[in-house]
Amino acid sequence: MRARIASGLVPFLGLVLLWMLLWGEFSLINLIIGMVLALLVSAVFYLPAVRLSGRLNPWRALLFLVRLVWDIVVASLQIAWVAIGPRRHPLTNAIFAVTLRTRSDLVMTFTAEAVSLVPGSIVLDLDREEGILYLHAFNVLSLDDLPGLRREVLATERRLILAAGSLDDLQRLRDAESDGGTSGSSSASAASAAPAGGEGSAS
Amino acid sequence: MLDLGFGPDGFDARDVVTAVLVLVAALMCFAAGVGLLRFPDVLSRLHAATKPQILGLIAIVADVAVTNLSLGTITLALAIVFFQSLTAPASAHLVGRAAYRTDHFDRSILLTDEFASRSPETPSR
Amino acid sequence: MIIVIAIAGLLMAGGAVGAIVRIIRGPSALDRIIASDVLVATAIIAIGAEMAVNRHTDNLPVMLGLALFGIVGSVSVARFISSRDDT
Repeated sequence: MRARIASGLVPFLGLVLLWMLLWGEFSLINLIIGMVLALLVSAVFYLPAVRLSGRLNPWRALLFLVRLVWDIVVASLQIAWVAIGPRRHPLTNAIFAVTLRTRSDLVMTFTAEAVSLVPGSIVLDLDREEGILYLHAFNVLSLDDLPGLRREVLATERRLILAAGSLDDLQRLRDAESDGGTSGSSSASAASAAPAGGEGSAS
Repeated sequence: MLDLGFGPDGFDARDVVTAVLVLVAALMCFAAGVGLLRFPDVLSRLHAATKPQILGLIAIVADVAVTNLSLGTITLALAIVFFQSLTAPASAHLVGRAAYRTDHFDRSILLTDEFASRSPETPSR
Repeated sequence: MIIVIAIAGLLMAGGAVGAIVRIIRGPSALDRIIASDVLVATAIIAIGAEMAVNRHTDNLPVMLGLALFGIVGSVSVARFISSRDDT
């Protein structure tokens, strides 16, 4: 129930806030007009409701955001350096697959968004049924770097689930991590086992 | 009127912040332009286009928010960053997928392509 | 400060020129979309830089609008192009 109320309320409040931001002032008249318009927009342009989990850990969410901004800064500087700096070796890229542990569309979407924003990777395609992201990674020098990249994606997903994932996803995350001992090695092996005939065959 | 910084009351710490952040953003713009020219294929250029821009935008918006501290400015600044970081990956994804589907990229600089080895419906070359 | 502004202006102009060259040369339509995105983002950043230097916030809604709708062009062209094979 809580999740359903949140799923309807969050987009509504977002629209009202956007309206007030566009006017640049927080006044009563703006609030009322904004609410009327938000109702109108959500009634006329109906979208299938996004299922929120109804759970939010503010501290974890803050950690996620801080880490995201940090990653963006580092990634941007790296790519800027590759663009401007001297070229010592030819540029090589890679397309690789990561199997996510979540079953929630929202967490998957935000993981894809966050991954697209940070270190040299863009989501090329995704398999919603299986929860697989296909990423294009920039400036990958050797195939040995791929497990590290996969681990980073799974760590991003982990932070998101801890911040706002459903209890179901949390349980799945714990199961996946308790399988292979430490979180790093288990997620890496789970990911590299998933793509059938992945690394060796295509290179 | 163009305010050139060092006013009558001398040195201002906000000027330093402004100068640094504007320079960072300008550098990111420059890097994006150079990356567009130097990188070999569509997907690489896509990386050059999206990432530095977001850092540049964050720097500039933080700059505006710092020089005019008020609630309205800060919320508007956060909204700009929020929407840009929400929409940029979406357009990058669509362009990247279109590039992949229509084969507008350089396969020879790919170390591996796990997407081709996975999905049966990708166009055969 | 004036030196900083000059350097920043030159760098932004350099980035914009790079994008324009890529728009003109770009072998495929996708290159041109990416480059025009970069051009829009450079414009957003230049507007913001002017605000930061001159200490006003008049153009923040313009930045918000561009950040919101800059996506439309690239998405629609990417959508259109993915339905054809040789463009």
